[in-house]
Amino acid sequence: MSNGPANQDTAPAPGKGKAPAPASDRLRTRLGPLDLAAPVLTAAGCGGTGRELAPFVELSRLGAFTTASVTLRPRAGRPTPRVAETPSGLLTAVGLPGPGVEGFLERDLPWLAEQGVPVIVSIAGDSAAEFGELAARLRGAPGVAAIEVNATCPNVADRGRMFARHPAAAAAVVRAARAGAAPGTPVLAKLAPDVTDLAGVALACADAGADGLTLIGTVQGAAIDTTTLRPALTGVSGGLSGPAIRPVALRCVYEVHAALPGLPIVGVGGVTSGLEALEFLLAGASAVAVGTALFHDPGAVPRILRELDEALAARRLGRIADAVGLAHRPAGHLPPLAGVEPAPAPEPAELKETAP
Amino acid sequence: MSDTPVQTSATVLTVRRVQDYHAMTLVAPAVAERFRPGQFVAVAAGGAYSARLVRRMFGVYEVKPDYGGTVEIVFANTEPGTAWLADRSSRDRIDLVGPLGRPFRLPRDPVHCLLVGGGPGGAALFALADTLRRRGCQIHFVLGGATGRHVFGSRMAQRVGDSAVVTTEDGSTGERGTVREVLPRVIAETGADVVYACGPTPLLRTVSRTAAEFGLPSQVSVQEFLGTTGACGVGTCMTCVLPVHGEDGVTRMARACAEGPVLRGDRVRWGDLGTIPFDALGAPRALGLPDGGARQ
Ligand SMILES: Cc1cc2nc3c(=O)[nH]c(=O)nc-3n(C[C@H](O)[C@H](O)[C@H](O)COP(=O)(O)O)c2cc1C
Ligand code: FES
Repeated sequence: MSNGPANQDTAPAPGKGKAPAPASDRLRTRLGPLDLAAPVLTAAGCGGTGRELAPFVELSRLGAFTTASVTLRPRAGRPTPRVAETPSGLLTAVGLPGPGVEGFLERDLPWLAEQGVPVIVSIAGDSAAEFGELAARLRGAPGVAAIEVNATCPNVADRGRMFARHPAAAAAVVRAARAGAAPGTPVLAKLAPDVTDLAGVALACADAGADGLTLIGTVQGAAIDTTTLRPALTGVSGGLSGPAIRPVALRCVYEVHAALPGLPIVGVGGVTSGLEALEFLLAGASAVAVGTALFHDPGAVPRILRELDEALAARRLGRIADAVGLAHRPAGHLPPLAGVEPAPAPEPAELKETAP
Repeated sequence: MSDTPVQTSATVLTVRRVQDYHAMTLVAPAVAERFRPGQFVAVAAGGAYSARLVRRMFGVYEVKPDYGGTVEIVFANTEPGTAWLADRSSRDRIDLVGPLGRPFRLPRDPVHCLLVGGGPGGAALFALADTLRRRGCQIHFVLGGATGRHVFGSRMAQRVGDSAVVTTEDGSTGERGTVREVLPRVIAETGADVVYACGPTPLLRTVSRTAAEFGLPSQVSVQEFLGTTGACGVGTCMTCVLPVHGEDGVTRMARACAEGPVLRGDRVRWGDLGTIPFDALGAPRALGLPDGGARQ
């Protein structure tokens, strides 16, 4: 077989399998200075090195590929068990495993740079200085479309509590990354929902030079194994992800967009379908990233893009920008008609069929 | 033929009870055509709107050319995901990814092969036996478990093997005893040149150690460890890791699904499963951290 799509016998089961994403102009979007052909990305740490996803999706169809958080030194991560299945979600404590920035620049980034997909490099450090150093190491490396500052990782100086808990700590890591990064490289700040004043943290990040925000990282949770009578994860608590956290993520996006309408947001948390992606756009995100759904359905992104394209057309939304933040408009507001033919009135017969 | 796995909507052909297990045959030509013994498939349990996001992973018992290509898996019903699977009937569709992982390495010459299994994991040995047989190898089986119900395929092993020894701890089937007890004797009697194994982790550990004592190479499938730790099967979630030392002497946390499921038995640090050995590449240096490192 050549490089062609490998799943030629994929049947059109609803919601599954790979179909080519439409090269629709409707799907173009912007994250500040970053222009993307499609608004659905992979979430940090959920697409492997990219090679593992490649048999299931053409990477060039993704809006962008976000790497696992890159650290200064190689990291083995946490002991197993690292995952527990919870209702509509996963509880994970993986521990940011990875080859370190050296190995990443040597083996992973060059391969990604050849795939024709914008690469967002997530970075994670123990201190603001490490974030600065990591961003500096990425200078001049081919194929870095943007840097995502993983402010949800533990701050050693704050006894391991995450940077994103405090506006000042979050701002410090963003400022350090901004200063270290090449001047033209956009910097996104990734934040978590487990904070008292998310909008305050977001504002501090924007002031520190973030070009946009990624909302949200996982939500802290725990599960107990009733067979062993012990916590299901070795680390006791873990990060909850998947559809279980979607309402939390939507609330965060909505809240931050209301406070900072000009700041681009990548919405993350439990997206598995085009309509769910649309929810995030309406709440104020300019793009969405898919994480946990990739573990369940490695071909998810092209499907979500296709469903989103159809959903936008059905609502006569001609561009992504027309949808972004629309949920914040007063009730009764009609979106602009952007050169899309009005949807034909449904056939009465169809109505009968779907009516309860 | 291609090495790349596929994602496909497979049609259920049959689901039947085999001893205490369920055997499911799926029509999945692209998976069957690519399959090599030791590889596995990852199944989405619960349908398109499932609340269960972890893929269930199973070794493959047999592939056949019928209906363009079928794949048969054997599993125990232990949790709601496998209960859903056991409940499927013919013509249902299941989202299947495969074949995944590294297969058993095959000998170049027609040598004597010892295949050791336990539990439903033993099913994966039969696809291997078929391939080895076609290469002119001699095939000897050792299957073991707590009771007869825990041993899959003992009759099949008698049929396809040049010899087969079955052990149960209660003596309900075959010899009373454990695989550990009979293995040295069987290795000596059969003149085995290589040992293959698939089954519970303690069994693999025993096989690896005994093979090493006899100076024999061992190829073991950590399919069962993968099934209890992994979430995706394709190498993206990083949850299925175990410590493996490499040619260069460095221990790395290897993914059971991607670097495995078949590993060289002598390379796995069996005693350190479920830990990050302090000398592993990238092991935490700052042990004083309250949560031992990043939470994600
Ligand atoms: C196994 C796993 C690994 C992750 N690794 C990272 C990471 O390296 N860096 C990061 O910023 N977020 C990481 N995340 C968080 C995701 O990027 C995402 O924010 C979160 O899972 C919520 O999205 P989802 O519900 O679509 O998964 C990880 C999540 C999971 C489940
Ligand atoms: S099961 Fe996900 S990386 Fe192995």
